[in-house]
Amino acid sequence: MTATEAATAIIEARDIVKSFGQTPALRGATLAVQPGEILAVMGPSGSGKSTLLHCLAGILVPDAGQVQFNGQRLDTLGENRRSDLRRDRFGFVFQSGQLVPELTAEENVALPLLLSGTRRRPALAQARPWFGRLGLDGLEHRRSGELSGGQAQRVALARGLVAQPEILFADEPTGSLDSVSGELVMSLMTRAAHDHGTTVILVTHDARVAAYADREVIVRDGQVTSLTGAAK
Amino acid sequence: MSVPLTLLGLLEREPSHGYDLKRDYDTYFGRGKPLPYGQVYATLSRLARDGKAIAGPAEHGEGPDRKRYTITPAGIADVQHWLAEPISPEPHLQTVLFAKVVLALMLGRPASQYLDRQRAAHLQRMRELTDLKEHGDLMDTLLADHGLYHLEADLRWIDHTAARLDVLAQAVNQ
Repeated sequence: MTATEAATAIIEARDIVKSFGQTPALRGATLAVQPGEILAVMGPSGSGKSTLLHCLAGILVPDAGQVQFNGQRLDTLGENRRSDLRRDRFGFVFQSGQLVPELTAEENVALPLLLSGTRRRPALAQARPWFGRLGLDGLEHRRSGELSGGQAQRVALARGLVAQPEILFADEPTGSLDSVSGELVMSLMTRAAHDHGTTVILVTHDARVAAYADREVIVRDGQVTSLTGAAK
Repeated sequence: MSVPLTLLGLLEREPSHGYDLKRDYDTYFGRGKPLPYGQVYATLSRLARDGKAIAGPAEHGEGPDRKRYTITPAGIADVQHWLAEPISPEPHLQTVLFAKVVLALMLGRPASQYLDRQRAAHLQRMRELTDLKEHGDLMDTLLADHGLYHLEADLRWIDHTAARLDVLAQAVNQ
């Protein structure tokens, strides 16, 4: 990572270390992500790539090192401040949509807005256009049990993007989908991110998914290796 | 890619002139490498000589060869046989990729760095093909997918090999 990359980064990890008990997951991981960039974080199982994502997103706090978001330390914030940040500035998509089964698809999409204090009616009004954008027209009132895996994941994607987050964190977003549904999710995700200037940090072990990103890094033994320039 | 059988296959649709066949070949299969006219007409002559197609009388008009070709039953049988026959599932056991890794291990050179550079090159090509899919038509998508799955298979081999370089180096240098 160069000084310029660090200076212009929207989010940055510097030498972060994180262990679970005696098991080290990250051993000095360093990474800078530029605004609007779609970055794929690849690596074998157990390499620490999901831990890196969780540290960047303020879900986990590293044992050592720093995480900076827009130039501000994120790792030194208390849980409440980090929770606010995750809700207001970040979006999330996980492997299996993790929709709330009691809510309709529309309510699921509106959830981040409702949790931020937006009233129900404007929140639903803001959620609705996402159904057209993501090819989900007519499914607004279905519950998660009435959606296919691919549909549920697109609802989860809409939920991740509805509050117009600065960064979308996606952890194996196509992991539970067949290849055709997975491609649709990736295509829609990258298009929406480009349209809105959203930065995406995408954890995947799948090279065909990573190929939707602008750039990829590999996490190996808890450290980040950049492949950019390696081909030259 | 068998040019004669592909042209014969295109000819099975309907009797055609050489330039029609060339145009369709270039559209569906050429992908930036158009078939030279000379090759089209030479191939059609051979197919006619071998009884796979019949050349009609020369017609008046523009272009180098105004013959209309018609496929014969023998030609149809060839196309049918070709389309039904699986192509040899080449295991590619002697690719340059494989040779480079083994030689690097033998010579004590940094195979892992080579594999990283290869991985980056593969991923770059996968990005280009994904971009082609995103902006192309159905033909582009099908072709890009074919390339993507092959590159993915190479990448899996690269990952698998990178994870076992120590063991492989021992085995190669025994």
